Amino acid sequence: MDGTIFLFLLQDGIINGAVYALVAIATVLVFAVTRVILVPQGEFVAFTALTIAALENGNVPATPWLLLALGGLAAASEIVRHVSELSWRRVARIALFDLALPVALLLLTRTLAPMKLGQAVNILLAIALITPMGPMIYRIAFEPIAHSSVLVLLMAAFGVHFSLTGLGLLFFGPEGSGTTPLSSASFSLGDLVISGQSIAVLIVTAVLLVLFALFFGRTLLGKALRACSSNRVGARLVGIPTSAAGQIAFALAALLGAVSGVLIGPLMTVFYDSGFLIGLKAFVAAILGGLVSYPLTVLAALGVGFAEALFSFWASNFKEVLVFTLIIPVLAWRSVYAPHAEETE
Amino acid sequence: MTAPLLDVRNLCVSYGRAEVVHDVSIAVTAGALVTVIGSNGAGKTTLLNAIMGLLKARGGIGFRGNDVSAVALESRVQSGLCLVPERRELFADMPVEDNLLLGGFRRSRAERKETLEQIFVRLPRLKERRQQLAGTLSGGERQMLAMGRALMARPVLLMLDEPSLGLAPRIVRDVFHILTDLRQTGVSILLVEQNARAALEVADYAYVMELGAITTQGSPQQIAADPRLVESYLGLGGNEY
Repeated sequence: MDGTIFLFLLQDGIINGAVYALVAIATVLVFAVTRVILVPQGEFVAFTALTIAALENGNVPATPWLLLALGGLAAASEIVRHVSELSWRRVARIALFDLALPVALLLLTRTLAPMKLGQAVNILLAIALITPMGPMIYRIAFEPIAHSSVLVLLMAAFGVHFSLTGLGLLFFGPEGSGTTPLSSASFSLGDLVISGQSIAVLIVTAVLLVLFALFFGRTLLGKALRACSSNRVGARLVGIPTSAAGQIAFALAALLGAVSGVLIGPLMTVFYDSGFLIGLKAFVAAILGGLVSYPLTVLAALGVGFAEALFSFWASNFKEVLVFTLIIPVLAWRSVYAPHAEETE
Repeated sequence: MTAPLLDVRNLCVSYGRAEVVHDVSIAVTAGALVTVIGSNGAGKTTLLNAIMGLLKARGGIGFRGNDVSAVALESRVQSGLCLVPERRELFADMPVEDNLLLGGFRRSRAERKETLEQIFVRLPRLKERRQQLAGTLSGGERQMLAMGRALMARPVLLMLDEPSLGLAPRIVRDVFHILTDLRQTGVSILLVEQNARAALEVADYAYVMELGAITTQGSPQQIAADPRLVESYLGLGGNEY
């Protein structure tokens, strides 16, 4: 391997790593606030890319129907569970968020899709369609069992993952697609060619990470989410509603997944089930970050991206295996040296 | 006579099939400091957690004239009910100031700011440590912070679970000073203590809880005059605190 190839692999690794970082941050956030290991995080990524691809072709994507289906399920689940304590406010909230919003987005999509209004509209529409799925999924699958053990929540997360993959096949079909790059510019730096898409990925990721740091470090709402992860009982005692915190965490996770989908769409062909591998690699990074530290997670995600690039050069048939094998020595090291957190239930 | 501020009636709490609090009725009038004493395992902590809404319970919980037994915990906080739990339950990886600010999560920004200043005056130690992580504080400072965080919610009734537990005698004295001080500002207090002697000294009214039920109640003088209770809970002689 010469210097040029190394630089090329490095660039490739950093770009993939940046996307993994966004997904991994979402994984850490959701785990910290709700103790759910969000296996279906990758589905948000894949569904966003597929939605944008459909919109680019002037087709109406199946996403609004999926959103409406999830909204209906979330509404039914909440009504059944709280039938004895339904206030008008609650019913109004359910009607607005679970039914009116998906219907409005469905009408909007059907109007806008044939007009082919361009990339910015496509991206915003896709993000608007995917983000509300986060809190809906939380309310359907996780809120009713919020006090269960991490293992039960993990099994539920796998259930959601398989359901969503199945729904993805039903709604989006088996064909894969890619999306148009955010920028078609390219710059040469000696032998190295840097694409505009790569730069866009880095800028978007960096901006989002800074916004996240500000949100969690400076705002009371961000601190309240951190408080939920720091001490659940304490958070309840100061009056932070843990259900709302869970929904916000899932909304942020879906949003980050959607942005990752926007970024990764032009880099690979995305299928209805492509999300799982992306989510799994991000999960490796999240584990390397101990499921707590955001900066460590970002570093680990960049490392995973770079390792993947190197392995695909040396042993492309085994690149996934090798990436996942990375987790074993790190877990062994952490189990010896990392401080053991006390389980506070 | 006006209805008491807190009016708990026939409260029963179970863990699975085992009922650990049986038919407990207690009341706290506005402005009073009421204590529940009893030995380890009597169900005192369970009782407080049920009143706060951390545990499901059967029976009535009246607070400020409304039955709150079906009300969500965060709404109970909003209406002025606050608990300083036995384990403090601080946000250990966050600075003292953030812990306090989150205590005022249900209050407006202006109220939070004003209350924070008042708490820094009342508990100057917390002001000195405002940037320090809560997990690095000493036991006494943690208790102060737990109390400060609860006060940030502007409680009408402050419930404290074993605030003296694990603290040095001098610090226990400080904690009880703060309690009497607080009561003077109009906050009502429900204090659960194993340190019966200290609790009876500051209380207006006392309940004795044994094996999940209230067995005796009366003024602190009456309790302190009951030979059986003196033997069980107050010890003979002993230190002041």
